Amino acid sequence: MEPDRNEGARAAEGAARQSYGKLIAFLAARTRDVAGAEDALSEAFAAALAEWPVRGVPRSPEAWLLTVARRRLVDAARRRQLDQAAAEHLGWLAELAADQDDAPVIPDRRLGLLFACAHPGIDHGVRAPLMLQLVLGFDAATIASAFLVAPATMAQRLTRAKTKIRQAGISFDVPEQAALHERLDAVLDAIYAAYTEGWSDPQGSDARRRNLADEAIWLGRLLASLLPNEGEALGVLSLMLHAHARREARRSASGEYVPLSEQDPARWDTRMIDEAEALLVQAGRCGTGGRYELEAAVQSAHAVRRRTGKADWAAIVQLYDALCALTGSPVAALNRAVALAETQGPAAGLAALDALTDDSRLAEYQPYWAARAELLTRTGAFDAALGAYHQAIGLERDPAVRRFLQQRAALCRAPTPAGS
Amino acid sequence: MEYMLLIYSDYSRFEAMSAAQKAEGLAAYGAYAEALQKSGAMRGGNRLRPVQSATTVRLKAGKSEVLNGPYAETREQLGGYFLIDVPDLDAALSWAARCPGASHGVVEVRPVWAMGQP
Repeated sequence: MEPDRNEGARAAEGAARQSYGKLIAFLAARTRDVAGAEDALSEAFAAALAEWPVRGVPRSPEAWLLTVARRRLVDAARRRQLDQAAAEHLGWLAELAADQDDAPVIPDRRLGLLFACAHPGIDHGVRAPLMLQLVLGFDAATIASAFLVAPATMAQRLTRAKTKIRQAGISFDVPEQAALHERLDAVLDAIYAAYTEGWSDPQGSDARRRNLADEAIWLGRLLASLLPNEGEALGVLSLMLHAHARREARRSASGEYVPLSEQDPARWDTRMIDEAEALLVQAGRCGTGGRYELEAAVQSAHAVRRRTGKADWAAIVQLYDALCALTGSPVAALNRAVALAETQGPAAGLAALDALTDDSRLAEYQPYWAARAELLTRTGAFDAALGAYHQAIGLERDPAVRRFLQQRAALCRAPTPAGS
Repeated sequence: MEYMLLIYSDYSRFEAMSAAQKAEGLAAYGAYAEALQKSGAMRGGNRLRPVQSATTVRLKAGKSEVLNGPYAETREQLGGYFLIDVPDLDAALSWAARCPGASHGVVEVRPVWAMGQP
């Protein structure tokens, strides 16, 4: 009996991961009542956990879950007053049943669901959380931790967004070609936001955050598989894989932070880099030349260190030039300045950084102060470097990075600083 | 809005550190306080002496009762606080996460209930 129980639970977990978003998208596509679909689906999963270990896993777990969830939805609609809206609702649900009988394969409307989550009518900050919840089934508390928001606030924002989808009638359709590119950017941004929140896990040990980065890559793979001819969908996946390939190398054996320039390329994940490179080539064929493709190309220029022992800094400067022109992002300008210091020396890098000093968006951005401190150290301006390190240390979340910055700062205080 | 960041941590772990580690830890707090200051959010903050120095007072049935030690005997104790003024809870949480206390202990974020506010 015991192995069967485990198998049932495992099957339910597997179905949850593979099918959650697909079932939500299918159940809510017409009614747009995602909260209702979530409730029905969670009841279906609870039923599966009770039944599958005893009666065995059904031949098609997905179809089984859909049948149970749909029944729950119909019951819920009947329980409500039989007003006009409820009658319409029941009609749609009947259609849903017909759809399913005709087609044994549940149509995959997850792409439409992703577009609905990143709809311009949905508040910017809640798009990534909404995707994680509706496509992957994460609970509000887990998402709140990852995005550093109070759990009650996150739950409230998610509820508000779902209400908006239903009341405003936000469509689950994939936009027409003309609007697709514009709308796609929001989807890409949300997926990448989920990735960066997961990636910046302070201790390098928080399983939930690490998990989130993996889930964002999963979303990226889903998007790339659904839109194989969109350069930016391939670009964002390539970018995430490049960054992810260096994950292990970011910490030493004793848990100390290792900056990119000091990482041992032997500790990078070669298979992941190869996949990222292939995606980048594929993206290049689409001829979009968008933000994510350019950023992935930057990572690719870092990855050449595997073979040549040196990053291609000249290419990196050019790519950041293009990114600055394309996005006007202060972070791109900051990275360009750092790259410039490699090709033209620290003074040139500092001059480029000085041009950004008045940008208030960078005033509380740790990497700006860390970069400034590093370049000041290289030019021998140790007192100024110390001040910049101090600011970077005060703004840093990750204790390992904080220790690293403190060690660098200590070198500025020593009588003959190393690296000068 | 004003928020109090209450830092709870295990003081015995701090005591067990080497002098260099202690200095590094305190310097991190110094840098954090300075960053708060520069951002304009800082309203105040202090480190508290260890709980062995605490004295607790209450009136029970009109009689005063004075006890040695903290109110609650827990491994992690209130060790310091920052009072900050930021636009909303999200901003307060972001500063709380940067506080060194968040990595060696926990930081509780509490909105200040100003006098006279309902």
